[in-house]
Amino acid sequence: MREISYADAVVEAIEEEMDKHEEVFVLGEDIGRYGGAYFANPKLWKKFGDERVRDTPISESAIVGFALGAAITGMRPVAEIMFSDIMTVAMDQIVNQVAKMRYMFGGNVKVPLVIRTPIGGFHNSAAQHSQSLESWFAHVPGLKVAMPSSPYAAKGLLKTAIQSNNPVIFFEHIQLYRLKGPVPEEEYYIPFGEANILREGTDLTVVASAVMVHRVMNVANKLEEQGIQIEVIDPQTLCPFDKETILSSIKKTGRLFVVHQACKTCGFGAEIAAIVAEEGFDYLIDPIQRLAAYDIPVPFASNMEDFAIPNEQRILSAITEFLGK
Amino acid sequence: MESNKLIELLEKMLRIRHFEEKVGNLAARRMILGSVHLYIGEEAVAAGVCANLRQNDFITSTHRGHGHCIAKGGEFRFMMAELFGKSTGYCQGKGGSQHIANFDLGILGANGIVGGGMPIASGAGLSIKMRNTDQVAVCFFGDGCCNNGVFHESLNLAAVWNLPVVYVCENNQYAVSVSVKQASLIHDYYLRKDAYGIKGCQVDGNDVIAVYEASKEAVERARKGEGPSLIECKTYRWRGHYEGEFDRHYTYRTKKEIEEWIDKCPIAQFKAYLIENNIITAEKIDQLEEEIKRELLEAVAFAEDSPAPKPEDALVGLFENE
Repeated sequence: MREISYADAVVEAIEEEMDKHEEVFVLGEDIGRYGGAYFANPKLWKKFGDERVRDTPISESAIVGFALGAAITGMRPVAEIMFSDIMTVAMDQIVNQVAKMRYMFGGNVKVPLVIRTPIGGFHNSAAQHSQSLESWFAHVPGLKVAMPSSPYAAKGLLKTAIQSNNPVIFFEHIQLYRLKGPVPEEEYYIPFGEANILREGTDLTVVASAVMVHRVMNVANKLEEQGIQIEVIDPQTLCPFDKETILSSIKKTGRLFVVHQACKTCGFGAEIAAIVAEEGFDYLIDPIQRLAAYDIPVPFASNMEDFAIPNEQRILSAITEFLGK
Repeated sequence: MESNKLIELLEKMLRIRHFEEKVGNLAARRMILGSVHLYIGEEAVAAGVCANLRQNDFITSTHRGHGHCIAKGGEFRFMMAELFGKSTGYCQGKGGSQHIANFDLGILGANGIVGGGMPIASGAGLSIKMRNTDQVAVCFFGDGCCNNGVFHESLNLAAVWNLPVVYVCENNQYAVSVSVKQASLIHDYYLRKDAYGIKGCQVDGNDVIAVYEASKEAVERARKGEGPSLIECKTYRWRGHYEGEFDRHYTYRTKKEIEEWIDKCPIAQFKAYLIENNIITAEKIDQLEEEIKRELLEAVAFAEDSPAPKPEDALVGLFENE
């Protein structure tokens, strides 16, 4: 199978949906001739022009709100907010308008709107360009939340998001944009609410998203050399969340370890831990463990950043300790 | 202007006035719960603007939104049922006074967040432009919204993209208790049109014909693809910010000031004008008002008799099933 980058998979998903549906268009900052802040790929703009690839001023509430107004009147916008940190500037539109629109007005309207935004930061991006705020949005009823970890998932989930008649917050990980992986030429969609079991194992269930999936997989490969079999699950979407796959995995392994890049307190790992404590307590041999970033803003200096966010070494040590090996 | 069009304007204003008086009364008797913000005194704005709109044109409204909804064709009984929290209401009891919408009538929703509707109306304008229809989107908002960030973001981008949006500022001179004079050095908000390079004007918001004419021009401009406009309608809210404010509104304005504005009642002025010009008789107006009152009584009865939603209906409608 051909291999393409995560960034190209994102662009390809949008391109295919724009080809299929006239009402799909994109808007955001620097997405036109500049080709996106990270992609440097003006393919969409070259193909579809200013009308359907709309550069905006730095007006995040307008980006989201204009997209919402267009979505409820016959269009299917894909808005981009340059960093998830900057989503906070548009929070009224996202939380009070987008998320509430359908329910508050009695279920009488469709809201086919995608907001794409990168999480996680480049290295050395510091406190205002590195956050992973996914749990904020998963907490708000009315938003679907997707978080792909591979080019294959990025394309398939984004195509599903664009086809959806519900608002989707689509988190892309900046450190994954250059990652290449197999993506079939043929069209495909990945349904929301289906976790991906990346690796089967019997000793421990590890749940991780986005870039953490890759770090956990490397650790799992190392531990296999010691005879430890780790099952790695990527939920792919946080809302809807596929708890069944995780619960049935824990039934087999008896242990849950959650890893995420977001801060620990009220991170999505807390929700996963709570679900398993409520519904899978009897399967557990050991207490649930979480490994997350420390509860601090992301620091600038390389060594401090590396210390703050779970790296492979920390994941390896924590799992080894957890298993008592 | 033709006589029947003038009488329609009067009827719209009367419908709003009587609806709001009834709602105020029901709120005082705790038959309508929650926050209720009445539009009494500002009827000429909604009536004058919406008289230029077609059913498939869009509006966004505010927390003080009953008037816009009525002017855009909302029916008393479904509005009243919504205010009563009944399943027959426009939003099946999930919205209430601050969240009435009806997408078939182009009412994209009242809004509990000041400024919330500004980018939404603008986005509807973007959609109109991209779908290449001759619809128009009208955004109603108050003076309180003019110093919020979305005012700037929306007008600026709608101007850049030349969108068919008419921004209608209802300057009732107080954002709850903070007066325009405390809120900005520019008291005539229509002047901000120049900051965005768009057309705009100021009108007496209590003069329904002036509102109608100014918005007619703006709506026609938008339909022809000539871009957005900003219309400022100077008006006044007679009641407190919300029902239940009672005498607290004397903390920020005087009884004398309120009375002066009541003397400038948009409906009384317009009635006098129509009678003086032999367009309608006082008897005919009385008749009209009796009919409206009767329809309102029926609407209240409809709301009272309607079934309450089941508590578990609360769990329905968050997402469209896929």
